[in-house]
Amino acid sequence: MRQDTLLPPGLSSDCGAMLTAVADGGYGYCATSDLSRAGLQTALDRASAWAEATRANSVIAFNPEDMPAPCGEYAGPLGEAPPARSAIHDLLADECRAAKIDDRIVERSAAIHLFEDERLYLTNTGGDLRQRFRYTLPWARVTANQGPETQSRSLEHAQQGGFERIAEAGFRGCGARLADEALQLLLAPDCPSGTMDLLLMPDQMMLQIHESIGHPLELDRILGDERNYAGTSFVTAEMFGRYRYGSELLNVTFDPSRAEAFASYGWDDDGTKAEKVWLIRDGLLVAPLGARLSQARAGLSGTANARASNWNRPPIDRMANLNIEPGSSSLEAMIASIARGVLMRANVSWSIDDARNKFQFGCEWGERIENGRRVGVVKNPNYRGVSATFWRSLRMVGDASSFEVHGTLNCGKGEPNQAVHCGHAAPACAFSGVEVFGGG
Amino acid sequence: MKARFYALAGRLEGALRTGETLLLGLDAERSDFVRFNRGRVRQAGSVEQRTLELRLLRAGRQASATLELGESSGDVELAQDALAQLRDALEGLPDDPWLLINETPRSTDSARRGTLPAAEAVVEQVVRAAGGRDLVGIYAGGTIVRGFANSLGQRNWHEVDSFNFDWSLHGAAGRAVKGGNAGFAWNPAAFAETLEAAADELARSAAPERSIAPGEVRAYLAPRAMEELLGLLAWDGFSGHARATKQSPLLRMEHGASLAAAITLTETAADGIAPPFQADGFVKPPAVTLIERGGLGEALVSPRTAKEYGLETNGAEAGEAPECLELAAGTLPTDDVLAALDTGLYVSNLWYLNYSDRAAARITGMTRFATFWVEGGRIVAPVGAMRFDDSLYRMLGENLEALTRERELLLDPSTYEGRSTSSARLPGALLRALRFTL
Repeated sequence: MRQDTLLPPGLSSDCGAMLTAVADGGYGYCATSDLSRAGLQTALDRASAWAEATRANSVIAFNPEDMPAPCGEYAGPLGEAPPARSAIHDLLADECRAAKIDDRIVERSAAIHLFEDERLYLTNTGGDLRQRFRYTLPWARVTANQGPETQSRSLEHAQQGGFERIAEAGFRGCGARLADEALQLLLAPDCPSGTMDLLLMPDQMMLQIHESIGHPLELDRILGDERNYAGTSFVTAEMFGRYRYGSELLNVTFDPSRAEAFASYGWDDDGTKAEKVWLIRDGLLVAPLGARLSQARAGLSGTANARASNWNRPPIDRMANLNIEPGSSSLEAMIASIARGVLMRANVSWSIDDARNKFQFGCEWGERIENGRRVGVVKNPNYRGVSATFWRSLRMVGDASSFEVHGTLNCGKGEPNQAVHCGHAAPACAFSGVEVFGGG
Repeated sequence: MKARFYALAGRLEGALRTGETLLLGLDAERSDFVRFNRGRVRQAGSVEQRTLELRLLRAGRQASATLELGESSGDVELAQDALAQLRDALEGLPDDPWLLINETPRSTDSARRGTLPAAEAVVEQVVRAAGGRDLVGIYAGGTIVRGFANSLGQRNWHEVDSFNFDWSLHGAAGRAVKGGNAGFAWNPAAFAETLEAAADELARSAAPERSIAPGEVRAYLAPRAMEELLGLLAWDGFSGHARATKQSPLLRMEHGASLAAAITLTETAADGIAPPFQADGFVKPPAVTLIERGGLGEALVSPRTAKEYGLETNGAEAGEAPECLELAAGTLPTDDVLAALDTGLYVSNLWYLNYSDRAAARITGMTRFATFWVEGGRIVAPVGAMRFDDSLYRMLGENLEALTRERELLLDPSTYEGRSTSSARLPGALLRALRFTL
């Protein structure tokens, strides 16, 4: 729904198979949407030819005996079935209409995306996994303009589950709220510049975790696979078990056990059972985000995170659910502790170097904090820092009361390129001595 | 594939009911992907995919479906099932007031035949040429197909055989040089020559790194760096919809801001490898001038935007992003770039750009791969990754000193969901100052 007009609905179905052959040190794949017996045989023959052609010059000596052959089933939370289409249309229309509160509101959009995903993993050695997932994704965005200034506020809520996620996301009523906030931003001063405290709410912590912990800990980056595209990492294999990544308050987990999280699953796409793994404990770097193959290459233990974006791409090391465990501070206590700082929420800009070290992030919404109190909205809030030192400035971690489960749809990586969904849960967190600035 | 697609279109048209109009789009490819690390093969494989989009229109309403075609004998059944679902979907829909399709059939047929060897042969040649050096990257090659058909009698076909070998060469201490070979005929000698040139450049990177303090620095942005800058701008910068809703990063050009007079940007469909038609059946004009001598030109206007805002469409796809962007050449000979730079940063590539303030076109991003400090027109030291944060109106406006006379044709190596058909033809840019922050 956009500007009170229902956009043409789209139905999409996508079905295919990835055939993988491993033989004599070589590896090859072939993906096809032709699922007839002949089509699958042709694809298998092509995959086998690739395995043969690459066995003498492969980076890795592949061994068929290393391929897991698990059996089992997994289903994420399926939740409530969606209502009739007309009820969904009415819901979208209500929020779109409610956002029309001022002539300066120039665009109002609301959408609900419903996805179902079913994955089979079969091997010629008896492996047989069946996994099923459902995603219900509400989205809304309102934009306000006055002359050369434009500001937007948006709602995103990415979790697994059924239509109950719409209510949990606060979708009802979001149109008027987002419009009001966009207008507030339009009138607000720019975010102040200087070195100060930074309070990140969970929806921005999602991005902070993703870019400056998740990507640097991906083991395939550390092994050099991504150096031509997504990049390398400032983290090296020698740093695991001895490197202080952040303050003692920093505890980071790879956690597939929270079923509603966006990227929970029973097994990864390489057949490895997914379990919770501590990556950073009390600030100390413990384990990488590396799947079975990368673990063998690096001689490190890791996680079940070999993931493929779709049937037409091979699995590689990816983030799945990467979370910051709750601490002990209430949000009120964190605000009260800040003499001069800015609260930020809702990511709008992200940029980080190819070693995932020097970053700059921006948010839709900012609030100045002075002497322990929120004192006003600021627009264009940005901050920059260096991953290797930023997490050491973490000085307060929110308790369970500010803990939220978020997710992102489009994490890009890999050659050929793959965009996958990731989950990131975190409480609000306070950092000291951060370079903060506004727009203009 | 063309005969199969057109046969399917014919069968489906025969199944339409009175008052129904059908639009079909095909997006298919047969690709080999070979990923390299350390001069050897990391992952090799092939992908065959054929995505069909069906759009059913009736009495001012429309709904769409996409599906993946499998074995050819099942095409009609699959598509007819989708058609039945679309008929159901139309029942509960209101009119679509912004629906606009091309109703004057314009059929086209274009093919760009290439000379691509078996990918296994490319692997052997690459591994042999790499000779144990640390080459990383991906070879993607094969045939890309785009098709369109509608029940008004229009048929469009576009087929390209191409390859894109996007690679980098890596040395000690994280130093790296970007390379690339792309086109329609794989030439192992040309690849070997590019590789040796990259190896020479990498050797120059071996000198001790120079640390540059944040601040304003004279800089040269090579064509690949310009590709990143203009690639970010392509995100709503030329969109008719973004302009109409005041969300364009070029918003302030409607309020007096301008770029340098040397900046003329054109979407040149006639020169690219993207299909000359789009999903609503409109055929693209040969060229659309987006920025003319530093001022706002036309926007890319999709049929939907055109209908909503009372504009004329110029055949843009729904995303209204350029696919064949050209920046007019300047006058600075590329051979004279170092002398003209004199003292400053030579930036081969930029990386991960985004907006610090979108409405003000303020952009941040990183340098990546070979970046050099130049003194007296000579390269004196490599420089590590640096962050810039500056306004487009400064970079390509008041601080633009020159554009190079020669331009590079850069074929987009992107392979999200499928191989890209986008391209850009760009010069390098000499800037009096670029603001670095970290």
